[in-house]
Amino acid sequence: MTRKRRRLYFVVLGLLAVGTAAALVLSALRQDIVFFFSPSEIVEAKVPTEGRRIRLGGLVEQGSVVKDGASVKFRVTDGAHVVPVVYAGLLPDLFREGQGVVTEGKLGKDGVFQAAEVLAKHDENYMPKEVADSLKKSGHWQDEKKVDKP
Amino acid sequence: MHRFANPARFLRLSALIQPWAAAIAVACLAGGLYFALFASPADYQQGETVRIMYIHVPSAWMGLFCYTAMAVFSAMALIWKHPLADLMARASAPVGAAFTFICLVTGALWGKPMWGTWWVWDARLTSMLILLFLYLGYMALADAFDDPERGQKAAAILALVGVVNVPIIKWSVDWWNTLHQPASVVKMGGPSIDSTMMVPLILMAVGFKAYWVLVLILRTRAEIAAAKVRTLRMAQIHAAGQVEQA
Repeated sequence: MTRKRRRLYFVVLGLLAVGTAAALVLSALRQDIVFFFSPSEIVEAKVPTEGRRIRLGGLVEQGSVVKDGASVKFRVTDGAHVVPVVYAGLLPDLFREGQGVVTEGKLGKDGVFQAAEVLAKHDENYMPKEVADSLKKSGHWQDEKKVDKP
Repeated sequence: MHRFANPARFLRLSALIQPWAAAIAVACLAGGLYFALFASPADYQQGETVRIMYIHVPSAWMGLFCYTAMAVFSAMALIWKHPLADLMARASAPVGAAFTFICLVTGALWGKPMWGTWWVWDARLTSMLILLFLYLGYMALADAFDDPERGQKAAAILALVGVVNVPIIKWSVDWWNTLHQPASVVKMGGPSIDSTMMVPLILMAVGFKAYWVLVLILRTRAEIAAAKVRTLRMAQIHAAGQVEQA
């Protein structure tokens, strides 16, 4: 075996080892790397919510937004479960019904999520307004029912 | 590949490529910016802010691309000891760091109006910040030794270890839920971006790549010249020493 060949094997093995280590670490830390929990995980109590500040993410349910003075109520859904949210503060421009949202706050004893912060999450589709309108008109519009599953 | 590792051949070849790279970079960036700022439509959700994408996304691609190139050059330098590979890895680092920085800054400027925040510690944003630190660490380490060869070797190993971060950045939005949206262009099932918006995006991406080729050539030529100067100086000092002895 020449020295070049030996160095090549050394580099390849080293990369494999580093890659495996990274994969193991990341999969072990999965629960801490996810940015938010879905309504299903919270309703089914798969994550500890008691007195902890957590993030809840999903779609703002159609027709659920109720403005009440300075505070706003809405429901976050992932298609399977729904969590009601109360929030007092400024909403981001992209906040609207049917759009993705990530809220940070605490889950109350009554099951209502007390949000301290609301962030809008937009999807990966980019198109001009005319295209969106014609898609909706022709019935090819795909409503984003799909929410990232952690 | 080994044929091109010869500095003399590199100088000849790069002299041919250089004007073309410059011309493509200028043409694509001028055309791309015109389309990006004037001749492309606003987004149905995001309105005019979508124009940040035409800088942000190609910059992010460049951040990943330059790092991958740097890692490949570093591997070639470690395994085959090509003198040019070290120089080209070094030449790539500042370009990649600059584009990564642009990506992070434009991302923050875009995040504030759209998401409602400058920064969050989600998987995509955090892994991109780590990429910037890897670039900075690489450059610092390469210059941290009196003997340039030792610094180069340590930096090359750092570049290779850090390459695990590249797939993590790319697929972070698929592996974990993040505030950052999933990929729009390079993904299964084809791009989900309208063709009128794809044109400026691709033009900018090609322009940035051509710019990288141009800067890589300029910086590598400068490094080769610097190495020559070093050799000449050493010869001069050596000759002077011999005269004194005589």
